[in-house]
Parts: sequence; structure tokens; C-alpha cells
Amino acid sequence: MLRRRAFEGRRRGSAGAGPQMMPVAWILVFLPWIGAIALALMPPRGRLPAMVNIAVSALSFALALGLLWEPHGEQGWTRTDGLNLPFIAVSALVGLTTAIFSAATLEGERFDNLRARAYHAAFQLFMGAQFLALAADNLGVMWVAIEIATLASVLMVGVHGTPAAIEAAWKFFILCGVGIALALFGTILLYMAAMPVVGRGDPGLSWAALQAVAQDCDPGLLSLAFVFLLVGYGTKAGLAPLHSWLPDAEAEGPLPICAVLSGLLLNAALLAIMRAESVVAAHPAALAPGPFLIGFGLLSLLLAALALWRRRDARRLFAWSSIEHVGLAAIAFGLGGAVANLAGILHLLGHALVKSAVFFAVGAASQIKGSQKIADIGGLAASHPVLGWGLALGIAGLAGMPPFALFVSEFRLVAEAAARLPWLVPVIGLGLLLAATALVTAMQALCLGQPTRDNPVPGVFALPGGLLWVTGPVWLHLALATALGLAVPAGFAALLAEGARILG
Amino acid sequence: MMMSFGTPAYDISHLLGGGVLLLSFVLLYQRRLGAVINAFAVQGALLACAAAWQGFVQGAPGLYVTAVIAFGAKAVAIPLALRLLIGRLGLHKAVEPAFGIGASLLAAIGLVGLSVMVVLPITAGGVTPLARVDLTIALSVVLLGMLAMIARRNAISQVIGLLTLENGLILGAVGVTGMPLVVELSTAALVLMVAVVAAVVVFQIRDRLDTLDTSILDRQRGDA
Repeated sequence: MLRRRAFEGRRRGSAGAGPQMMPVAWILVFLPWIGAIALALMPPRGRLPAMVNIAVSALSFALALGLLWEPHGEQGWTRTDGLNLPFIAVSALVGLTTAIFSAATLEGERFDNLRARAYHAAFQLFMGAQFLALAADNLGVMWVAIEIATLASVLMVGVHGTPAAIEAAWKFFILCGVGIALALFGTILLYMAAMPVVGRGDPGLSWAALQAVAQDCDPGLLSLAFVFLLVGYGTKAGLAPLHSWLPDAEAEGPLPICAVLSGLLLNAALLAIMRAESVVAAHPAALAPGPFLIGFGLLSLLLAALALWRRRDARRLFAWSSIEHVGLAAIAFGLGGAVANLAGILHLLGHALVKSAVFFAVGAASQIKGSQKIADIGGLAASHPVLGWGLALGIAGLAGMPPFALFVSEFRLVAEAAARLPWLVPVIGLGLLLAATALVTAMQALCLGQPTRDNPVPGVFALPGGLLWVTGPVWLHLALATALGLAVPAGFAALLAEGARILG
Repeated sequence: MMMSFGTPAYDISHLLGGGVLLLSFVLLYQRRLGAVINAFAVQGALLACAAAWQGFVQGAPGLYVTAVIAFGAKAVAIPLALRLLIGRLGLHKAVEPAFGIGASLLAAIGLVGLSVMVVLPITAGGVTPLARVDLTIALSVVLLGMLAMIARRNAISQVIGLLTLENGLILGAVGVTGMPLVVELSTAALVLMVAVVAAVVVFQIRDRLDTLDTSILDRQRGDA
């Protein structure tokens, strides 16, 4: 059934793109979906599916980089601009490194044939939907993309079929099902608001058209639409108090899922909220969206900062840290303005890079130690120095230490808050401090001290190169996160600044 | 055709929308799973009629497709599948309400009042009276769907709550004149709902798993 949806999307996509050659943005969407069909049909014996998975992801990454040099603009239902291009590039990179990590750790997941097929196909289905959700200009298309991503990730979370995995998948499905249903209601309301101004048909669902005419729309309908979109997509973004599916999904799914859920899905949902915010904020008489975002953000930050202290499961710990970072980004977007928006975008990108690196390292460690309990993983820096120090640096990055991008974005956020809403500073500071100390405590337990006994899952890291399949992606992500913080190439910096301006 | 009070276009869609809302109330006071499923099937049939009528009034043939799909899936296929499932799994036939029937009906009336108070003032200008009433009813059905999910402990009742919530969405979508992609969106929403039903079947979520109460998950997580 998932595959049928992919086919449907494909048919509609080619209709939307017109008779000429398909735009790169659409190729980027369909390539993973074709890969998903191939992976679902392929006999899952041996290492071939994992290698095909890497090849498709590598091609997607090349396309995403190529997209950076394409002229920006509209291609039917998609529109590339300074806001979504950096996210597409980072998503494609995380997709590629996750595929590499997945190839190395697949043996340890002990899938049977059917599950291995379902897992690989769902991964590529998810990647295609992720690209479509980021690139979509049409609200309806974006909603369908986020729905496909939800279906694919439910399949991936529940693929182990253990009671815990099924409970996690079920909770994820019901909560996100309600969430995206509410988001669809918000979408309908937004169209109702725009229809009297832009007329019937497709323009009423286009972000760019909506942003241009927002001043003339009915402010009441815009406000109501924003509330539904915020609650709906906020569920997917993991904003408290709608976050409760996230720690379960991250802890019970296969290891590579954590990286794509935390690094990619949350970003796509938050991007949808940001676009909705930019439409509603353009009307002076509509509800001011900023205070809502700041409220949700502060709640997420403080709740996660406290929850981080009580985690004993390493993957749940870092899932809570994702809630914290999404909260920080929401505060930044709630403040608004070019500086705070830039901080928010930088924060999301940096978080995607650092968090997936940490999940790779923790995943590898849990396969080496045979447990994902923090107490069972200890002294990694002594027993596996390259992996252990990578994890230690990654956790330090999540705690907001320099030189990573998260330090730069948090610094800019606090500076901007101090200039505009000084009362926010002590609250954000408290949250950051609590979260950072909890993470450093966890880092000491995981990486420093006496090494615990290895109890490797049989067959893990059997590929030639062994742990390099994990440590390579980890250190690459850390290096890129440093570059994003300290030495952004001029072209990319201009792109980020343009994205911040688009949000207004 | 004028779309205001007293014309058939307005009255019939009002009647059908009101029927869908009424069925949401009926769902809330059923004590047996079979009756809940029947009420849902009738609601699906009424929704299909509402979509077809909107297709006729707006001259939008796409909405007939939505109507046929809604009828096939919601009035026939999903209720049949759920009936087979409760028979095969031998689930408790009685619904376990999380709070009393009277309390949930009172809450439902409150929610309808809320949606009237929210929608009517903000749509005073610009929107046709028909769209205004449709939106009020759709929002009520959505909120009652959420209430049904909260008010029941059983997994299948919760799924039916989600399905009625989605009925509310479709009712809202077909009522908006000229909404683009309405067929695609309603089909996509239906795919999601079918997947939820399929998940119940495939995962065989039974009593042990039939609640979203997070305390039960503590057994599985490492944090208890």
C-alpha cells in the first residue's frame, strides 16, 4: 500500500512538472521512491540491498548539492528558495551517512527477509517524502509528503515487532495521526482565508502566494488556521506537550532510525510551522504567532532539561535532547526578525548534524556493549578511542560547547533575546544550564572512567573496515558542524541569510 | 444557485452536515463495540451523500469521486474489517468508557458550543453563509472525534474516534468552494486511516496494548 502511494505521487508529480524535462527538485523526490520500489523487490540476501541503499542515498546527495547551484524558483508544486535548500542539502547528507551506518549495523538488528525488505524500502520512501515536504510550495502537497513520511517511519519504528516496538509504533501512529489530521484542517482553513483574495484553485494553497496576499485575508481565519497548523505539525516536531511519542520511537526502532527522525523529520515539521508563521505574521490584525512559539519552545526546553536528568537509556536521553533543541529553535523563530531566524535555522541544521553523529556513536556503542543502558556503556574513550572521543565531542556539542554550530546559534539566540525580551534570558539560561550539566554528566558516564565489559551483538561490524563505517560519519558530521559554526562558505552564508529574510 | 438560508443548496447540505454531527453524538453514548461500528458506518454514508451534494451544488465532478471513495471505504470496507477483527480477536464487546456517558455528552455539547463561538465571529465577512455553517459543523465533528478518542480506553474505539475526526476534515474540505487537490487530499487522508486500521489488524493490538496510557509503557522502557 505504501508503494501504491509512491506510484500515485509519481504520476501526479509528472503532471505537475509539465511536459518539459523534470526539474531537479522532482528528480530528488522520485529517485529515492524508485529506489524504494527496487529495494522492496530485491532479494534481501547478502549485502546487496544495503549497498543499493547507500548508492541511492549517494545519488540523492549529489542531486541535492547540484540543486544548490540551480537557479531558485518555482517548479509546479515545489519551490526552491534560501529557506529550504540548506535543509535539503543537510537532509541528503544525513540520509547518506545514515545509509552507511545502517549497512554496518544491519547484522546486529537481526531482521528476517521480509523485515529487511520493509526496512530498506521504508527508509528510501521516507527520504523521498522528506525531500518533497521540504521542497513543497503547495500546502496540500506538503501535507501529503509529511503523511507519507509518517507512514514510512511508523513502519520503520515497528519493524522489530517486539511488544515494546509495537507499543512505540502504535503511540507514534495515533498521536501523529491526530496531529497531521489537525494540520489538514489548518490547511483547509488557510485556503478558506485566501480564497476570496486569490481566487479558486492552486494559488490558494501556495506558500509564496499566501505570503504575498496575507494582508488582505480574513485575520480570524488566518489565526484559527495557525492554531491548527501549530498543534498539528507541532506534534510531528516533538514540541512539548505533544512530544510523548518521540522518546519511545527513538528507543525502540532500529538504530539508524534515530538519526533520521531527530535530524530530518523534526526539521521538516518545524519548517512547515515556520512557513505558517510567516503567513500569519504578515497580517497585523491576526493572532501574533511569536508568543505561541516562544511558549511551546520554553515548555519544551525546560521539560526536556529536567527530563534529561532521569534517563537511564542512552537513546531516550538523546531523544529528550532533541525535544530541548527543537524547543530552542522554536523560541528563536518565535522571537522573529532576521537575526533570530538565522539563529534558529543554524540551530536546526547544526542539531541535525551533531545529533545524528551522536546517535551513530551511541548506536555503535550499544551494539558493542550489547545494551543501550547508560550504566552498561562506560569508558568508551579508553576502550574505543576514536568512537569514544567522537561521542564525547558530539555530546559536548549538544550541550552547547564551542566550536560547534549549536554554540554559535545558542549564543546568537541569547544575545538577541537579551536585546529584545530580557526576561527570557534567565529562563533560557536556566534551561540551557540544566540540560548542559545533565548531558555532561551522561558524557562522563558514557565516555570517561573505567571501561565496561564488551558484549558484542554477533555478526556486527563484519564489513571490511569494521568500526570505520561508524567513526567516519561521526567525525565527518562533527567537522561539518564545526565548519557551520565557525567558517561558513560565503555562498552558503548568503543562502542562510536569505532563508532568514524569507521568514520575515 | 444562491447559497443562503431557504434554498435547497443550503438546506440540504445543512441537513447532511447536521446528520454527520448527530452521528458523532450517537457514537459517544454507545455501550457496545458493534453499535459504535454501525454508527460509524452510517456516518460514513451520510458523509458520502454530503460530498456528492456539494459536488452537484458546486459543479465539481471531482467531489463525486470523493463521495464514492468515502462510501466504499467508510460505510462498507472499514466497518466490515473492524467487525471481522473484533470477532477474530475475541475482544471485549463492551466499550470501556474512561469517564461516564453523561459526562462525555455534556462535554460534547460544550465542544459544539465552543466551535460555534470560535467560528461564527471570525467568519462574519468574506465567507459565504454555507461555508460558515459547514466549517462550524466540521470543527464540531473534529473536536467530538478527539473527545471520543479521549473518552474511550479501548484501541478500536480510539481508532473509530480518529476515523470520525477525519470525517470532520473531509466534511470541511468538500464544503470549501473550489478547494484544489480536494480529491487527492481526501484520498491521502483515507490512506492514513486505512493504514491505522491495518496496523490494528497486523499488530493485533489487544487489551494489553489498547491504551495510550504512558504508565503502561514504563514496563518496556528502561526508565521505570
